[in-house]
Amino acid sequence: MSEKRHIVPVWFFVGLLLLIYGCLILATGLAEWSNPPQTIRADLHAPVWWGGLLVALGGVYCYFFAPGRRKS
Amino acid sequence: MISALVFVNPQRLVRLSAVDLAIIAIYFLAVLLIGFYLKRFAKSGEDFFLAGREMTAWVAGLSFVSANLGSLELMGWAGNAYQYGILAAHWYWVGAIPAMLFLGIVMMPFYYISKTHSVPGYLQLRYGKPTSALSALSFAFMTILMSGVNMYSMAVVMKVVLGWNFHFSIWISSLTVGIYVALGGLFSAIFNEVVQFFLIWFGALLIPILGLVETGGWNGMVARIHQNFPGQNYTHMWRPMAHFADNPMGVQWVAIVFGLGAVLSMGYWTTDFLVVQRVISAKDVRAAKLAPVIGSFFKMAVPFIVILPGLLGLAALPFHLVPASGMQPGQHSYDEVLPLMLARYCGPGLLGLGITALIAGFMAGMAGNVSAFATVWTYDIYRPFLRKNAPDAHYVSMGRWCTIIGLIISIGAAYIVTHFGSLMDYVQALFSFFIAPLFPTVLLGMLWKRATSAGGFLGLLAGTLSSIVMFTLVELDPSKVALIALSPLAKPLAIDMWRALWSGVICVIVTVAVSLATKPKEDIQLKGLVYGATKIPSEGHLPLVKRPIFWAGVSGVAFLILQWIFW
Repeated sequence: MSEKRHIVPVWFFVGLLLLIYGCLILATGLAEWSNPPQTIRADLHAPVWWGGLLVALGGVYCYFFAPGRRKS
Repeated sequence: MISALVFVNPQRLVRLSAVDLAIIAIYFLAVLLIGFYLKRFAKSGEDFFLAGREMTAWVAGLSFVSANLGSLELMGWAGNAYQYGILAAHWYWVGAIPAMLFLGIVMMPFYYISKTHSVPGYLQLRYGKPTSALSALSFAFMTILMSGVNMYSMAVVMKVVLGWNFHFSIWISSLTVGIYVALGGLFSAIFNEVVQFFLIWFGALLIPILGLVETGGWNGMVARIHQNFPGQNYTHMWRPMAHFADNPMGVQWVAIVFGLGAVLSMGYWTTDFLVVQRVISAKDVRAAKLAPVIGSFFKMAVPFIVILPGLLGLAALPFHLVPASGMQPGQHSYDEVLPLMLARYCGPGLLGLGITALIAGFMAGMAGNVSAFATVWTYDIYRPFLRKNAPDAHYVSMGRWCTIIGLIISIGAAYIVTHFGSLMDYVQALFSFFIAPLFPTVLLGMLWKRATSAGGFLGLLAGTLSSIVMFTLVELDPSKVALIALSPLAKPLAIDMWRALWSGVICVIVTVAVSLATKPKEDIQLKGLVYGATKIPSEGHLPLVKRPIFWAGVSGVAFLILQWIFW
């Protein structure tokens, strides 16, 4: 974001939040795998693949925009 | 902590689990931590009010589109899609894309080169203090009232959807927003808008995906809508626009193209400081031009998470939604379609993410209002009229206090609306009074050297007053709708468009007539403010794919293809 003052990029915060949320949602999806909630198309196990997607995306953002990796 | 404070409402739409509450709590914690972190960077006036003018095109672009992606907007337009069908997408496409591209390519260079801090600031440079004061006072007043109305609406939604206590929703969200904006200023507001953008997409995107799986894709959804609502046209945008009676909105293509596309949306996207402030914070002219163009691509995609859930509601819900005014116990209103669809497809975890997205949208909307209010009050009212030449630190301090005071006034407005519900409609109408004529005033100022200070002021005043007169006429005598909207069948949305069109036309006529009768400024005084008197900085020898005009062209073509697909 700022190249003048070394502010941690907003993308890092976005990645961190997605990563945390992804872990929570993925864990919830796995925990309820054999007993899914009473929602439409629960058989698709959306929390598992959606949570996995958030973990992957959040991880990529955290890795590439981590404060230590910034150009000086 | 949160569950202990929750007021249990047996009629709430969704019930949150522990993991959902954890997701919501983490969001509140995250925005506060971001605010505390950014405080150290918001030291000067330019830092606090304009985020140091160092945002990249992507950050400014996402923040620009996100400032308009509040939860009221999401839920309201999903409800409109249920009520009117895909016609509601006009507000995202013809009602936004041309204006965003126009802002980026034509107007942004002037906002940026003039080094103004706000839209009223540009008006002061171009037309002088009276025009700027009229615009700044109306903007500050309306922004803070709108913030209160949004706050009230948020509390109502949280009560209906989650069963949360009204006062709890108002105070916890206001305190959080007040703390993080007062700490980091526009830095905080922009950072949180970008975070909110991702939350909204990831919180709402599963609804159309799972909805289309359930209904068998687009064709399956259309077939189900025809089965549930025989004889109604919910899936074409322009075909039913030939006549007022051909569509449920009671609107005709002239009002959509000229009232919405040429006046209302131009007024909102190019002169409403709430959104323009995000782009002014860009780090250079190219980033400032590119930011609205980037935003236009995302804006074009928003109907996928807003309009499509409304259409899926028509296809998939086993009951019919009704207008809020005629709702019986056990029924649901149009505006509840988005949370209903969320609860239909999302279980624990995903539900928490979706609700967090709605809360984030509300809070980002509040933050946008108070940060814009603080800037306009401090730079366009306090500094020129109350205390000139104070040290920069004094204005930063004033900005921080304004944030808190603005929120307190907003909370007061929210409680007033609680007792006088109809005030909400009036406040929203009032906002359009000032926005519609502002666009012609700014545009004539940028493109026409002959426009004079007196012309700008009287044109803006005449446009605003004419809008108020038209509104009052219809309120006093509803039959006057036929006079203003050219049809007695016109619905409120259509009347708004016609009123905007007329007030814009009146503003142009008065500005031109008065300008021709008064003495213009010298060219040297217009440098950096008007086409013909300003040298636009060259973009150098950038390759085509790095030029804003190229991407504006791509966005324009994509916009036309969408109109053709859903004709």
